[in-house]
Amino acid sequence: MKNLLSTYTALFIIAFLPLLTSSCKEDAEPSLPGEVKLAFKHVVGQNALSLEDQEYTNANGDKFKVSTFKYYISNVVLKKADGTEYKQAESYYLIDESKPASKLITISDVPAGEYSSLTFTIGVDSTRNISGAQTGALDPVNGMFWTWNSGYVFVKLEGTSPQSQNGGLVFHIGGYAKPNNTIRTVSPALNGQKLRVAAGKAPQLHLKTNILSMFQGAHTIKFSELSSTMGGANSVKVADNYATGMFQVDRIDN
Amino acid sequence: MSTRLTLLTALLSVFSFWSCQKEESLSAPEPEEPEEAVIYDLTFPKRFGSPTIPANNPLTQAGVDLGRVLFYEKKLSGDNTLSCGSCHQQKLAFTDGKAFGVGVGGKIAKRSTMALANVAYNTSFNWDGAAATLEEQARFPLENPLEMNQNIEEAVRELQSTPAYPPLFQKAFGTSTITADLLFKALSQFQRILISANSPFDQYRDGFKTLPPEEIEGFMLFMTHPDPAQNIRGGNCGDCHGSDLTSLQQFHNNGLDLTFADNGRGAVTGRSTDNGKFKAPSIRNIALTAPYMHDGRFKTLEEVLDHYNEHIQANSPNLDPLIMEASNQTRGKTLALTAEEKAKIIKFLHTLTDEFFIQDKRFSEKLVK
Repeated sequence: MKNLLSTYTALFIIAFLPLLTSSCKEDAEPSLPGEVKLAFKHVVGQNALSLEDQEYTNANGDKFKVSTFKYYISNVVLKKADGTEYKQAESYYLIDESKPASKLITISDVPAGEYSSLTFTIGVDSTRNISGAQTGALDPVNGMFWTWNSGYVFVKLEGTSPQSQNGGLVFHIGGYAKPNNTIRTVSPALNGQKLRVAAGKAPQLHLKTNILSMFQGAHTIKFSELSSTMGGANSVKVADNYATGMFQVDRIDN
Repeated sequence: MSTRLTLLTALLSVFSFWSCQKEESLSAPEPEEPEEAVIYDLTFPKRFGSPTIPANNPLTQAGVDLGRVLFYEKKLSGDNTLSCGSCHQQKLAFTDGKAFGVGVGGKIAKRSTMALANVAYNTSFNWDGAAATLEEQARFPLENPLEMNQNIEEAVRELQSTPAYPPLFQKAFGTSTITADLLFKALSQFQRILISANSPFDQYRDGFKTLPPEEIEGFMLFMTHPDPAQNIRGGNCGDCHGSDLTSLQQFHNNGLDLTFADNGRGAVTGRSTDNGKFKAPSIRNIALTAPYMHDGRFKTLEEVLDHYNEHIQANSPNLDPLIMEASNQTRGKTLALTAEEKAKIIKFLHTLTDEFFIQDKRFSEKLVK
């Protein structure tokens, strides 16, 4: 019995030792990691987005102005041609047009190599909508959390339109529960280009975020009929729209 | 054996937890000096998130103690008749019950005195967000000729010449040489401990008590944006007064006027698109902080609800889309709450009154000896 006991104890320690020694290491990969930067540029069709009284036109021909535009990007995954994936841990970013610094995000500790694909979620995964630390980008103080309702607002656009019944536009897209789940995961095409990651290098991937894509695609949004949504079936329509084509890779600077 | 294994597992998990845990103490990091500084342990519910405490002004017991006597120090006004506490009275949740603050010599301030509760969480200060930190904010009322009308250097000289203050600064900041910077730091430390988190609403949120159904319904209405298409009724308040802190820290034109006597946020940013916008402040203890709005135009909560429900100026420039696009009726032009719903929201608002906060002895008037 005594022998058995010490065997168990020894086995236990051996089983847990790697956890103790490796769980906090930041560069456990064999080759030295590098960084990847994602730069977001907000556009409305061909025009750069301005929050200062600039008028735009949607696919339906409705005029509109934008006063607020922000959204979550989460669970960034980079993939090599051989299928090897780098999944960033704690990968949550709030990109806000009114905060220029938020439009450049840095993915650190990416293992060296050539990456040919980028995937991320528009919004916040369902797990994190209901549990986990609400700090940093996920802090409710950012005004992107429906405290009493159903998790995070994933994409928030506010503005005005003369076609809107009461003149305003409020598109708060969010909700993770069926049947009105608005979590969408996208893989904007890198157009055959590669991100070359190596120690001391920070290749930059430039993305264009096109607001018009919210209002066109599977469902042409007419502001006279839909000018306000905060989750629910109408938010699903907008999410279906932006899942195809809101993000396009502009260029890669290696 | 199982006991031993359990113990081992516990030890291992504690060890690995410790080894990975970054310092996440809620109180500020220990300052370099003064050496024997006692950290002030700020307590608040997790649902509030994390307060913003500048790295160069950690909360210490000595700093908070100094800030408290300074908050109630009349030497901070030009004619030594007013302290911060003259307008920010604890019994009224640190307001004064007036439409506009009254400054030295009976002068009338430009805007209504703001309540102080949970300001450690604010990302901007004053109705127009002119100050980014409490340390910056402290200068505004002190120097404003319509408020305390004091020359900061004069205030510093007056404090320096007293027997009481230099040792208190020594204890708090490791130097007996008083400066405007240290004065503002001490005042900020005291204001950061003004945490209101023990109202009936808080006790309900923490699961310690229930609220009557009407108050809970009022709470749900308050926090809900109406959507007649989904049959959702809402008071539309939480769009701006959201979260447990009841403020999302943003600036809005809430449709009070067609033209602006006070451009508010626009005067700070210089952008015409910000004209008529003011901060949506925390509404904690709102039943104690009448009259309401930046100019104190509404005497009662009933008048406030009537404004949002029936009297929004739809053609006011920069009117917030969150207000434009909020009706409980399909294609409605106004919020269209029923009288019963408005009454429920007001009942909820009263649950935000924190009797412990307004009686907390740590916040009450204390003068230097």
